[in-house]
Amino acid sequence: MKVEKFQKLTATAVPLPIENIDTDQIIPARFLKATSREGFGDNLFCDWRYDSAGNPKADFVLNNPKYSGEILVAGRNFGCGSSREHAAWSIHDFGFKVVVSSFFADIFKGNALNNFLLPVQVSEEFLQEILQAVINEPSTELTIDLESQTIALGNKSESFSIDGYKKMCLLNGYDDIDFLLSLKDKIEAFEQKAV
Amino acid sequence: MGKTLFDKVWDAHVVTSAEGGIDVLYIDKHLIHEVTSPQAFAELEERGIQLFRPEKIMATADHNVPTWDQHLPIKDDLSRFQVNKLTENCAKHNVELYGLGHKYQGIVHVIGPELGVTQPGMTIVCGDSHTSTHGAFGSIAFGIGTSQVAQVMASQCLLQNKPKKMRVNVNGVLAKGVSPKDVILYIIAKLSANGGTGYFVEFAGNVFREMSMEGRMTVCNMSIEMGARGGMIAPDETTFEYVRGREFAPKGEDFEKAVAYWETLPTDNDATFDLEYSYDAADIEPMITFGTNPGMGIKVTENVPTEDKFSGQESFDKALGYMGFKAGESLINKQVNFVFIGSCTNSRIEDLRLVAELVKGRKKADNVNAFIVPGSKLVEAQAKSEGLDKIFAEAGFQLREPGCSACLGMNEDKIPAGEYCVSTSNRNFEGRQGQGARTLLASPLVAAITALEGKIVDVKAYLN
Ligand code: SF4
Repeated sequence: MKVEKFQKLTATAVPLPIENIDTDQIIPARFLKATSREGFGDNLFCDWRYDSAGNPKADFVLNNPKYSGEILVAGRNFGCGSSREHAAWSIHDFGFKVVVSSFFADIFKGNALNNFLLPVQVSEEFLQEILQAVINEPSTELTIDLESQTIALGNKSESFSIDGYKKMCLLNGYDDIDFLLSLKDKIEAFEQKAV
Repeated sequence: MGKTLFDKVWDAHVVTSAEGGIDVLYIDKHLIHEVTSPQAFAELEERGIQLFRPEKIMATADHNVPTWDQHLPIKDDLSRFQVNKLTENCAKHNVELYGLGHKYQGIVHVIGPELGVTQPGMTIVCGDSHTSTHGAFGSIAFGIGTSQVAQVMASQCLLQNKPKKMRVNVNGVLAKGVSPKDVILYIIAKLSANGGTGYFVEFAGNVFREMSMEGRMTVCNMSIEMGARGGMIAPDETTFEYVRGREFAPKGEDFEKAVAYWETLPTDNDATFDLEYSYDAADIEPMITFGTNPGMGIKVTENVPTEDKFSGQESFDKALGYMGFKAGESLINKQVNFVFIGSCTNSRIEDLRLVAELVKGRKKADNVNAFIVPGSKLVEAQAKSEGLDKIFAEAGFQLREPGCSACLGMNEDKIPAGEYCVSTSNRNFEGRQGQGARTLLASPLVAAITALEGKIVDVKAYLN
């Protein structure tokens, strides 16, 4: 895995005002046959993006040239369903660095963080405000600052929460494996005790 | 203050705590399969890291295998490559594999319990969200992503924040025809598809105490469908009797010692939960889903609601539009052409026996394509030894070979676009069983009756 960092981002956003977007929509199971992590972005939201003949569906937001950017803004309970990390890979591979929603499914949130894709949870009101702003004016920019844990739309901002350990990993580009390997002695001692 | 079952198992596995209170949790058993493991093996190889405890991993091929002619090479190139990759990786890293052709092969959440690998008080993870199934034994079991699969391979540990605790109590007497699947569909319909997010759930009450292990597995399996990390049921005599004598269960004196420990696990009387719900068993009826998430469930005889109490109207209308249902209508008499009995929710021998008992001497309706996919080779062998295969064949139900099959539509077992499928699996998402397929989740009983009738009927009336 390529280790990255996340500190601050100001960018335009793509609005997807649908609730309960599950991982089968993000990346359908038939694309899970790959054995590497690359290239999943091409099939992100495949069945919403393309018709059965493979032609882009004009009414889906990713096919609408008006909207682009590194931030995906989606309805509540984003990422529910399967544990497939392919969902986070495909969003990240497509070019998104942040997903904003009013609620994230647990496993998706963890998977996103492990791939330097930042899930930003905002209040339902702020989410609606952001969605409206972006839908009405595609050039609207959002600013996400991880250090201060804030997301701003114009002069309005909200703070978001993130686990302290994960924040440290993202800011510095660390990953869990390095940390766990540094604990080998403790883990072995635990095994001795448990037997 | 007393401890909950969850606290006891969690606390016994904390190696140490890191910055911000995150726990380093030791994992007793790691289950892997062909779809979510290749990138993890690749990552360790790239970084030059050895597997830390390969003997604590059990592998099988299930998600992406055909359910016909498993003795032949897999036809689909990508699937064959992925399954072969698992075989290669396991051989190279000394991981025990029950692959195609092995007598223990099957859906990962079916074989763990039936082989006695799953035991009370354990921590169990797998790169699959329905790992929650194993919580039926009083273990902490949950699904993880591929990066975490790599972490467990490298260190046998995971970094985890301790979730909050919820208890769901169901007491009373279940009516005839009401099965564990209906109980969990009912609970999810009450709490919604995200009502459990952030929580680990304990299911308590006489309804669960009186359930078989198979039933408890069905319940815990679907705890993830309300957003919970996992579900658990306190281990008791039923649990111990199920585990006793299984291939990898402790034997003799070791078993007695283990039971003495397992008996200490149930939640103390004075323990508290962050959230608690209680339901009356008498209120539960055979259930079915009408929408595109498992929280969109109703009693079979109830009408489709006109709005969703949990989501906005737009999302609700979109779901009904996909399913081709109208708000307020009844599902009774809707024609159904596909019935799928299988998946890690309902493909155990008890499920197959129940279906066989019902369809014995009857015939499926002409319009229906009904197929049964056993959860494992052992289930398949048991079914054949009891003659269930003949009953199914006479009733016009196909009995296939084990795998995930139409539960997620990764292999060729897909439901055609626009068709309804009454399915005993656990997810009714758009396209889950194939592009455009419309899934109605239900119990094996409701599924079997639908196959016989060719349409949805009032199960209670049917049974009387
Ligand atoms: S049967 Fe379905 S839910 Fe169960 S492990 Fe397989 S794909 Fe996942």
